[in-house]
Order: sequence, then structure tokens, then C-alpha cells
Amino acid sequence: MRRLLLVVWLGLISLAAGLVPGLLAGPAWAAFALPPLALMAWGWVMLERNWRSWRYAERADDLLISRGVLWHEETVVPYGRMQLVEVASGPVERHFGLASVQLHTAAAATDATIPGLDPAEAERLRDRLTELGEARSAGL
Amino acid sequence: MTAPEAAGDAGAAAEAAGDTGAAGTARTAGNAGDTEATRTAGDAGAAAEAAGETGAARTAGNAGETEATRTARNAEAPRTAAEVAGDTGAAGDARNAGNAEAPEATRTAGNGNGIAERRLHPVTPLRRAWAPVAVVIGWAVHDPDGAQRHLTRLDTTTLLIGLAVILPAAALYGFCSWWFTHFAVTETELRIRTGLVFRRTAHIRLERLQAVDVTQPLLARVAGVAKLKLDVIGTDKKDELAFLGADEARALRAELLARAAGFAPETAHEVGEAPSRQMLRVPPGVLAMSLVLSGATWGSLAAALVVPPVLWLATESLWTVLAVALPLLGAAGASSVGRFVAEYDWTVAESPDGLRLDHGLLDRAHETVPPGRVQTVRIVEPLLWRRRGWVRVELDVAGSSNSVLVPVAPREIAEVVVARVLPGVTVPEQAALSPSPRRARWCVPVWWRGYGLAVTDAVFAARSGLLRRSLALVPHAKVQSVRMTQGPWERARGLADVCVDTGANKTVRARLRDAAEARELLQAQAERSRTGRRDARPDRWMA
Repeated sequence: MRRLLLVVWLGLISLAAGLVPGLLAGPAWAAFALPPLALMAWGWVMLERNWRSWRYAERADDLLISRGVLWHEETVVPYGRMQLVEVASGPVERHFGLASVQLHTAAAATDATIPGLDPAEAERLRDRLTELGEARSAGL
Repeated sequence: MTAPEAAGDAGAAAEAAGDTGAAGTARTAGNAGDTEATRTAGDAGAAAEAAGETGAARTAGNAGETEATRTARNAEAPRTAAEVAGDTGAAGDARNAGNAEAPEATRTAGNGNGIAERRLHPVTPLRRAWAPVAVVIGWAVHDPDGAQRHLTRLDTTTLLIGLAVILPAAALYGFCSWWFTHFAVTETELRIRTGLVFRRTAHIRLERLQAVDVTQPLLARVAGVAKLKLDVIGTDKKDELAFLGADEARALRAELLARAAGFAPETAHEVGEAPSRQMLRVPPGVLAMSLVLSGATWGSLAAALVVPPVLWLATESLWTVLAVALPLLGAAGASSVGRFVAEYDWTVAESPDGLRLDHGLLDRAHETVPPGRVQTVRIVEPLLWRRRGWVRVELDVAGSSNSVLVPVAPREIAEVVVARVLPGVTVPEQAALSPSPRRARWCVPVWWRGYGLAVTDAVFAARSGLLRRSLALVPHAKVQSVRMTQGPWERARGLADVCVDTGANKTVRARLRDAAEARELLQAQAERSRTGRRDARPDRWMA
């Protein structure tokens, strides 16, 4: 369901960072490409792990989002507190056929985003959350 | 500024969709404009899609509506005129009326509703009169030689012509800005209409009003006028009515609060200023003593005295030293004298429409904190105050900037005041706070002793700080979301942090809890925040 969107981004960046010193300052300096490449390989593995670690659960009364391997974070948002549910999809995400769902509560610190969803799933989730939020709506 | 524009487009599309739809569209479009331009793209498709999300509008509920008011006032005049006209059922097509007719449309609609529009106090145009004078003086001080040269070159005729042009122009501008500013109180809203070229109409829903403050800067005190500031959730900028006559401002505040509290419209005028009972008054001596005993005063003063000489020795450049010393001196002044002047004669009084805070030596401010609008309360206890048993109480109200509830007071009295702003809450005892486990010393060496947590039926209370202890209280009903975070180092020790987000954009952290306990707390706190709302007070607390 989720793709390695983040891996693609970091892969491109580290590749560019590795090639630029090599091309500009002669072949000897191309050795500089090795650390970024190693970083890329490592990042590939880590991002795979990170990607796996993103999960969400629609529970009876709240939405649970859990993410991160080293820096683990779990967020619980009661449906009644949701102010707005948003489905967004950038150009790269659209190319890979993905969309992300973002929840807003009255607190700006609430960073509840679920990236890399299948658009159909994202829309289903949005409608479902909206419906649940309506049923359990509460004030501020 | 893509957001207001996008909101304008979307709003136009949503007009047909009715009120709820409009709220949802405006908010959604506004937000999409903020985050991702591609989504809104300013086209009808996006707007239509957003309009389809009427459900979202319902979810958006209260904040969404406030948000919509804000967006509505950013939109252009014709649209607003159309809305108002639509309310009275006048012309459904007022939107096509064009720019020139828009003000008239609004006026007739307003009169049709039987709403009396009022103007501000006639002294208002003078409030900006000092600005150009200050600019000229600032320029003269900045460049004395140049100023001298220019002055000698000016002869009487140019001066007279200049005055003849500038004075009427300034007077005309001042008069126009006063003439075109109106406000009106309706049953559910406060409407402010302002602007000559760029028109702006704000409709503020009374039950969303967080606080109404009356402030009187020094010059305004001399002129006998006052400024009325309105706090609404979701707006960055305060709406203010400046200036009104001092008595009129007080009467208007009483009326707004009475209406917000849910008194019937007919009686709202007669209710008048609710009676108040004084709870606390800070004597000037105690305030001065508390400032002397707080670290911030001495810290900023020491910095202001030590850094410039050191810099002088290092660089010997007068400008560098001045550039550093002046802000430092300013900070030192603000943290000592400035605080004394602002917090002088601090009075907390209790009244049915909330807690009244009156303070200030030169500029007097009268603030009201309505009950049930407080999101977080912090009880701060600096090291040197502890022997005297003094505390400082700070609070967060959504959409409001005032943050001090009590600058200094004995603990018992402060707790009584806290019990008034957070109904049904008792401040947990020091002993009731459970400390972090001992292994937390590997994560935060000495300061781990300062962390503590207590969860009662009504509040989530987290303490932090060792020298300057700070206890943050969040009522369960105000918790928007709960988070648990765990870094690699904390995970190795089996620890985790629990964060609680509130509507005032503040996060309260309970740091370094046992991981299993934190997980349990996360579930339990989400449950409590969900159920906590049930027995909370209604928005109109007197209806």
C-alpha cells in the first residue's frame, strides 16, 4: 500500500552529493562519492525500516498513529477533537499514485499525518474520519 | 498571500452551498492554500470538491466557524455585501452589484435588520498623529548634519506650502479612516466594518469570544478614552476597537460579555457591569521584592553590565559595543522596571462573567478571563521565592496573548485563584507528584529530579525544572491529542515522554516516565480527554 517514496528522494539527493565533487575536482576526488553512497545504502535500509514502522489504527473512539524506529512516536487523536481532515497529494506522490491524509485539531502541535496512502484508501479514511468526527463532535 | 485569495474564490463558489458548506469550504481552501498550492490551484474543481465536504464543515465545528469568520473578513467587500444582503433576503444577486454599490448594499441591509451601527470616539484620528513626527525626529537624530542642511535650505514659503499640503491630507486621511469605521452588536455577532480603499468586514461570533480586554495607554488615559481588544480562537491578530470613550468601552464590554454569557438580548443592556468581588491585590512592595528575588532580573542586568566592557576590550569599536549594549540594556529594563510598571497594582477580582484582572502603573489594562476558556495553567516557583512560599501563576487562553494570572502571591491564595479559573480542580500537592524512575538520571543527569507527574480526575499535572519549578496543569476536557515519544537513548533505559497538546498551541510534557507506564498513560489520557468534555460547561455559561 505504501511505497518507498522517501527512499527515492534520499537516493537522488545522496547520489547528486556524491557525484558533484568527483566531476568538479578530478577523478581522485571522486572517492568523496563513497561515503554518500554508503550513507545511501544505509539510508535505504533505514528508510525501509522507517516506512514499515508507520502504522495507524482506527479504533472505536480515537485514531492511533504510530511511527519511527529510533525516535518512536505514538499519537492518539480522539475523533471528537478532529477539526478538519485533509487529503493532499504532491506532484511526486501523484506520479507514484499516492496520497496523504492529514488531521488537524485545535492544537497546532498535533502532527497527525498519514503519508503514502493509496488515493482510494485515503478518501475512504477521510470520509470515515469525518463521519466519526461528526458523530462525536465536541467543542474546544 | 494565496490563502485569502483562494478562500475568496472558494467562498464565492460556496455561497450557494449554504452556511455550513461555506464554513467548510473557506477553511479547507484556506488550509490547502497554506500547505499545498497544487491542491487548491484556484480552480472551480477544487472549490467544488471542497464544497462537497460538508461533513468536514460539521467536524470543523466551532473552530471552523470562527475560522470562517476570519476568512470572510479577508474576502472582498462585494462578497460580504452579498452575504449580508442574503441574510435579510434583500437581493440574492447583490454579488453582481459591483464595487461602487457594495457599501450601500451593506448599509441598507444593516438598517433593514434594525441594527444600530456606531462609530468610534472622535479622538481616534489623532492616535496615529505621532507617527510621522516620530519618523522626522528619528531621521534628524540619525543624521544631524543632513538635517541641519535641509533645515537651512527650507525657507518660509516651502514650509508653508508643505504644511498646507500635509496637514489637510493628514486630516482628511484621519477623518476618512474614522468615518468609515463602524461597529454594531447584533444578537449573535459583533460586526466591525472598516477601510476606505480595502474594505474589511469582521463578524465575530459572541459565543466564540475568548476574552474582552479594555486597555488605556497613557495618552489615552489623559484623553479619557480606551481601547477594546477582542480575543477569538484561530486569529493571529487581535481585533480591536480603538478608541472608545472610557465609559462606553466599559459598557460595551459588559454588554458583549453578558451576551456571550447567554443573557437574553433585551436584558443584556440592563445587566450592565457584573458585580465583582476582589480576591487578591499585589502590594507594590511585594512585587518589587519578588522582582529583586528572581533570577531573570539579575541575569539580564549582569549581562547588560558585563558584556559591553568585555566587547570594548576585545574590539575597541564604539558602534559594536553600542549595538550590543542597547538591546541588552533594553532587555534588562523590560525584565525589571518594565515588569514592575506593567504588573503594578495587580488586582484579581471575581465576577459572574469571569475573572477580572486590572493592572498597570502608566498604561491601565482591564482584562477578563471568562470561565472555562483556560487551556493550561502553570504555577512557577523560582528558587529564591520558595522560602517565602510565593508563586507566580501563568495561563494560556486560546487566541489570547495575556499570560499572567498572578505575578506573585502566597501559594494558598494562588491556589484559590487557580480553582476559580479551572472549576473543580485542586492543585496536586508536591508529595502527590510521582517522580521519574531513578534510571532517568542517565538521560538527564541532575535535572531528572525535577520531573514529576500527577493525574487526578480533573487535571493532568506535570512538573519540570529543578531551580525554577514549574507545574503545568491541563484539564482533561482541554486535551486535543496525546502523544508518546521515545528517543533511542530513552529506549535503551526503558523510558518515554508523554506529551499533551492543548488548544492554545501549547504542549505539556511529562518527561522520562517508565515506558510501560507511559503506554498505559497514553491510552488512559486519550479516554479521559474524550469523556472529560461531557461534564464541561456550555459555551454560553449562563443560558
